[in-house]
Amino acid sequence: MKLPTRLAALAAAALVVAACAPQTSDNSSSDTDDKTGTLRVWLFQEVGNKPKEQVVDSVVAAFEKAHKGAKVDVEYIPVDTRAQRVKAAFNDPKSAPDVMEYGNTDTAGYVQDGGLLDVTEDFGDWSEAKATDPTAKQSVTVDGKLYGAPFYVGVRALYYRTDVFAELGLHVPRTMAELATTARKIRAAKPELYGLVVGGAYTYGAMPFVWANGGELATGKSGSYASGIDSAAARKGITAYTSLFSDDNCPAAKCAGMGGNDTITAFAAGKAGMAIGGDFSHTAVEAGKVKGEYAVVPLPGVTSGSIAPAFAGGNNIGVLKSTSHRTLAVQLMEALASKKTQASLFDAMGFLPTFTDVRDQAAAKEPFVKPFVQTLTAGTRFVPASPAWSQIDSSLVLPTMFQEVVSGKKDVAAASAEAAKKMDAAFGSVG
Amino acid sequence: MTVTDTAVVEKRTTPSTPPLRRRRSRAGRTPWLYLAPALVVLAALLAYPVYQLGLISLFRYTQAQVSGGEPTAFRGFGNYADVFSDDQFWQVLSSTVVFAAACVVSTLAVGCALAVLLTRVRAVPRLALMLAAMGAWATPAVTGSTVWLFLFDPDFGPVNRLLGLGDHSWTYGRLSAFFLVLLEVVWCSFPFVMVTVYAGIRSVPSEVLEAAALDGASQWRIWRSVLAPMLRPILVVVTIQSVIWDFKVFTQIYVMTNGGGIAGQNLVLNVYAYQQAFASSQYGLGSAIGVVMLLILLAVTLVYLRLLRRQGEEL
Repeated sequence: MKLPTRLAALAAAALVVAACAPQTSDNSSSDTDDKTGTLRVWLFQEVGNKPKEQVVDSVVAAFEKAHKGAKVDVEYIPVDTRAQRVKAAFNDPKSAPDVMEYGNTDTAGYVQDGGLLDVTEDFGDWSEAKATDPTAKQSVTVDGKLYGAPFYVGVRALYYRTDVFAELGLHVPRTMAELATTARKIRAAKPELYGLVVGGAYTYGAMPFVWANGGELATGKSGSYASGIDSAAARKGITAYTSLFSDDNCPAAKCAGMGGNDTITAFAAGKAGMAIGGDFSHTAVEAGKVKGEYAVVPLPGVTSGSIAPAFAGGNNIGVLKSTSHRTLAVQLMEALASKKTQASLFDAMGFLPTFTDVRDQAAAKEPFVKPFVQTLTAGTRFVPASPAWSQIDSSLVLPTMFQEVVSGKKDVAAASAEAAKKMDAAFGSVG
Repeated sequence: MTVTDTAVVEKRTTPSTPPLRRRRSRAGRTPWLYLAPALVVLAALLAYPVYQLGLISLFRYTQAQVSGGEPTAFRGFGNYADVFSDDQFWQVLSSTVVFAAACVVSTLAVGCALAVLLTRVRAVPRLALMLAAMGAWATPAVTGSTVWLFLFDPDFGPVNRLLGLGDHSWTYGRLSAFFLVLLEVVWCSFPFVMVTVYAGIRSVPSEVLEAAALDGASQWRIWRSVLAPMLRPILVVVTIQSVIWDFKVFTQIYVMTNGGGIAGQNLVLNVYAYQQAFASSQYGLGSAIGVVMLLILLAVTLVYLRLLRRQGEEL
């Protein structure tokens, strides 16, 4: 080909490119607001889902009775493939549900995708909303607007082996420093056990160490987040956590690659003196070898008697922007996230309620949740409400940072500076 | 592709006389007519996705753009600039090349050696070897990876017990983790090489081998001077296949090193692309990495074919 021909080909290619941009689907909010018809609901399929279904069925029955002509069609979607399902729903509004359950760290991302309906006013008018825990409310908030109702929360606390503690004459650690020395004492006396089992890929087990030392994941607010992971305080927390990966507690060769589930598995199998686990880990530990020989306390903070801030995980219920039954869908969301439903879900599934009063009643009924409620009351933290978070999370920025330090590839300063750079790049690209 | 090929045909026919030319050009068109159905299918299944890949790689295209939350923005080569300016990309690229090369060499060596062995043993051991190889071939990658990981598990794995390594962790060190994955990759991909090469050896006339043996050639000599040249077309195909497979390895790394190893030390290009781009729905960036991979593989294949042609082999 001669040069002019080549240029012509290039120009033609450019024209083709300009003419057909990749596909986008129209996801603008629907104008119709039908008062009858079928409402589709997606909820997560939990392990042992039956009790959840029973609670939801009774909510649905009451809802259908109260709203003549409305039918509710509930579908339980597998947690593992939820990301694909939700993306597909956003891409094709016709097959999307009206109401859905979603993980609270996904809120900002889904809002940016244009999938969730702004329910700020409805939430303000909702009589029950006043008792909502502030952190739970933060997890449905993006840029001061609300995009759903909190459904339940999950927090982590310290699990420990009562039999091991009694045998070695140890008392429950009251500070983070004591936590480390207690862990080493256990390992020294019982080399077959990890003192406190930790994981290099266990971000939400590590973050309380950073938060307790005064560090932050990010500072600023939506649109102008800046990473705080390389601040002096945060580095102190990272040092505290990563120093637990040593042969006298949890050898790096084995613990660096562990995630949250691995640490719980090790604890449940009786291979660790202590572990950081959630209220949702209760069933797994109960099913393990250590049943009846463990107890839970809030994770201690830096000063004696304080509680390390925990990450407030959990799920929310939201309405999709594409719904053609706006009023009904919002009412159904409120019914599903109501105090009554949350109280029955706690009884059925052990999900911690997001309303402070309901939660206190639950704690009074079931002593096991007391340390978790204490942790929640002491104040919890949440990930930055930015769509960048899903990017930071899936490109493993924080696990990489912890693992670099643990495996001796980088020191705390270099690893945290690198992580901060990656986080800032993500915040910069999506706001 | 179609366009350039016709151009070549036309160029060749230019010096011929007009009547001949007319006949020739009709003859030139007929094969294309016959090829058309296949070409249409190929274009739909191959060209269109590749076109889409290239197109998306030029846009800022995330979930927000797909579902209409934000307008699609043309970025030119912005995605490529992002990829190339990332130090980690170059690091991952070089380890991918080395790792894939090691996998290809080991797979071919094991596959060819066992293929020769197959022709030397009696029926029963041959059947046993065939069945074992088929078993490895048929095992899904995720299952195979999990089983290998379990074999080398520091706490429960039989390998450590057998070798007396205590609770040595194979996935902690960068090289030992890569080595472990290499074993699995070789294990699940050598059967293809073995079966193909075995079929090739079977089709080599036995007189040739007999003559070589009578001349006193050793086993290795027979392979190098008789079998390998005769099997060259087959070896070319299995090599290119293996290069493409091993360059694109995903499951084994993802499962065995838990998504790229400690601090991402065992990342290969495919896993990197998944983590950086697709897992967080940055389809534009992911497509750019995909295009880069496609170009590398095309270049490798073309260079390889070129080298063979220069040696006088027409494929």
